[in-house]
Amino acid sequence: MTRHTLSVLVEDKPGVLARVAGLFSRRGFNIESLAVGRTEHPDISRMTIVVSVDELPLEQVTKQLNKLINVIKIVELEPAASVQRQLLLVKVRADATVRSQVLETVQLFRAKVVDVSPEAVTVEATGTSEKLDALLRMLEPYGLREIVQSGMVAIGRGARSITATAVR
Amino acid sequence: MTSATSRPAPGESSSPRPGPRPKPAPPSGAPIRVTGAQSLVRSLEAVGCEVVFGIPGGTILPAYDPLLDSTKVRHILVRHEQGAGHAATGYAQATGQVGVCMATSGPGATNLVTPLADANMDSVPVVAITGQQSRPLIGTDAFQEADICGITMPITKHNFLVTDAADIPRAIAEAFHLASTGRPGPVLVDIPKDVLQEMTSFSWPPELRLPGYRPTTRPHGKQVREAAKLIAAARRPVLYVGGGVIKAEASAELLELAESTGIPVVTTLMARGAFPDSHPQHMGMPGMHGTVGAVAAMQKSDLLIALGARFDDRVTGQLATFAPDAQVVHADIDPAEISKNRRADVPIVGDCKEIIRDLVDAVRAEKENAARTVDLTPWWDQLNALRETFPLGYDWPEDGTLSPQFVIERIGLLTPPDTLFTAGVGQHQMWAAQFVKYERPRTWINSGGLGTMGYAVPAAMGAKAGVPDVQVWAIDGDGCFQMTNQELATCAIEGLPIKVAVINNGNLGMVRQWQTLFYGERYSSTDLGTHKHRIPDFKLLAEAYGCAGLRAESRDQVDGVIQQAMEINDRPVVIDFVVGKDAQVWPMVAAGTGNSEIMAARGIRPLFDEDE
Repeated sequence: MTRHTLSVLVEDKPGVLARVAGLFSRRGFNIESLAVGRTEHPDISRMTIVVSVDELPLEQVTKQLNKLINVIKIVELEPAASVQRQLLLVKVRADATVRSQVLETVQLFRAKVVDVSPEAVTVEATGTSEKLDALLRMLEPYGLREIVQSGMVAIGRGARSITATAVR
Repeated sequence: MTSATSRPAPGESSSPRPGPRPKPAPPSGAPIRVTGAQSLVRSLEAVGCEVVFGIPGGTILPAYDPLLDSTKVRHILVRHEQGAGHAATGYAQATGQVGVCMATSGPGATNLVTPLADANMDSVPVVAITGQQSRPLIGTDAFQEADICGITMPITKHNFLVTDAADIPRAIAEAFHLASTGRPGPVLVDIPKDVLQEMTSFSWPPELRLPGYRPTTRPHGKQVREAAKLIAAARRPVLYVGGGVIKAEASAELLELAESTGIPVVTTLMARGAFPDSHPQHMGMPGMHGTVGAVAAMQKSDLLIALGARFDDRVTGQLATFAPDAQVVHADIDPAEISKNRRADVPIVGDCKEIIRDLVDAVRAEKENAARTVDLTPWWDQLNALRETFPLGYDWPEDGTLSPQFVIERIGLLTPPDTLFTAGVGQHQMWAAQFVKYERPRTWINSGGLGTMGYAVPAAMGAKAGVPDVQVWAIDGDGCFQMTNQELATCAIEGLPIKVAVINNGNLGMVRQWQTLFYGERYSSTDLGTHKHRIPDFKLLAEAYGCAGLRAESRDQVDGVIQQAMEINDRPVVIDFVVGKDAQVWPMVAAGTGNSEIMAARGIRPLFDEDE
């Protein structure tokens, strides 16, 4: 099984997420990551879906997604031809004795501290899931109190826009 | 909106291409002030809806008030919402127009679930309109509240929850457009009660807003030429015809393609009637209970030309061993069907009518340019030998009981050629597909994909409402009949004189057949007691419902009751055909086995034995 990133342009209507999610769950595919947000068009939302699935079932799901009336366009984004980012917020146990070591790690990953208390710091980091995993591995020895991660968002490299042709 | 508003005249539907009916005059002028309910009824009128099958209830009540005044929309009060749904399907399949059903919220809506799933599997254009609890109550577990949009999401082509009365005309127009174009299917429109009650403005036609819906109807010229190349070069080609050919009204084009190429034709369960059974190139129905000739033709083929068919597991048997030497040309309006089960060498997305028309020309051009044409005679010799050795047939039961196949065959022979048949699901359905001969499209209506027992009576009711001048026969089983026969009351009261032939073998016959073959003759819960106890007595039941009740128990009574039934036209007729319980459906490809193991009868495997 390989990991695929699908960018799905949908009409901004109630129930669209359920329709899309239903097509995956019906076939027993687990969605690894999902992000939904606005686009430059007020009526169109963009879903970025990351799934691990073989080529053939993926083609089937893509075709079924295309059949959904509220789905306008689907593009698979190759990692090499796109920028992919996730946002991570992590609360790390960091009292005075280890705080400087934690901050050093945070700097190495070009992450930043967004909240601090005597016992812990909260770190914000963005990047690919590989980078975020590496950061978490480095911070783990200090004690991870709480982790929250956004879904992956991705955009194709270059000047072209996938929404340009989809909206007429 | 073309297919939602252009309608053929009633009774014309059995011809391959129904002519257009004049469009109903759209309500003209400036927007007028109406209630949401009036807007709904006006929208239905404007879109050309003539019949609605339904039952009122709390939340849909506002819609029923203006419906009472409509002179264009006839409401047929059914006895169960499932009946309304199947009737809408039967109407749609008989006429080619969108069938409409209506129900209240909660249980009314959930009773539509089975027919919607059925219509979805068989790609039938149906619009369901359901009442919903008032907007402030949605999500509070209010009385008769059900999230019907959520429930029907995976079994409809699309659905809408209308939250503003101003959106009603557009929702109805979009629903009819979606249901009837592209790959047809069911669409549900859920309207809260307070939306039906509020004041709004109505104007027609509304603007459709479906940016994500652009079905491809024109086939790609290059793909058609590729297909034509394969067709011209194939030595053992087969036209594998599915229900899409009927939906696309492409029977005339199919006949031309078949006759101009000389290629054998098989018609699936959903396509019976798409190509005349009497035609010498017709090899019959493929699949689990198909003819040996049709199954063998596909198994031995070197090119399958699939037209509006979807390589269903009931056709292919074990997929890995299906038609092992065949290349595949797959033409369908739904790109998701192509290469879903069997990889297509040449995919063609588009409307079947246009595809077949283009194929006729492309194959002709291909043959003119080819150095020499392929002679199909050896292929036909092979197929003719098979169909002569293994024709469809049946044995009379050894215990002297009436043969169900004989009954069905006689009904087919004694009724006029334009008679429309519906069926439930099970043995009687397979026999009706095998032993009634279909010469034209839209004369055979059944539940193919979902396999919905109880389909026959309500579907016949809907079909009769759509084509009142045609004789409509429901071939039903005693199990199926007991699931939906309450609609006989509707038929009797609403003037829909259908004929119901109950093939009463006292058992859930198909299940019993599997128990005989695969469960060591252990008959667990298949005896319905309709023989043993005569409960219910179908003749008395028919009379109780205001229908004529007839019965035949022996061979010599069969023709008489059929004739008698055909003479009664002032009310529905139910004939209780008491038949033997041990008759079996043959040929058969056992579930999970390959098509080469087709059994012409128990233990006789003509293709398998031949290979050894």
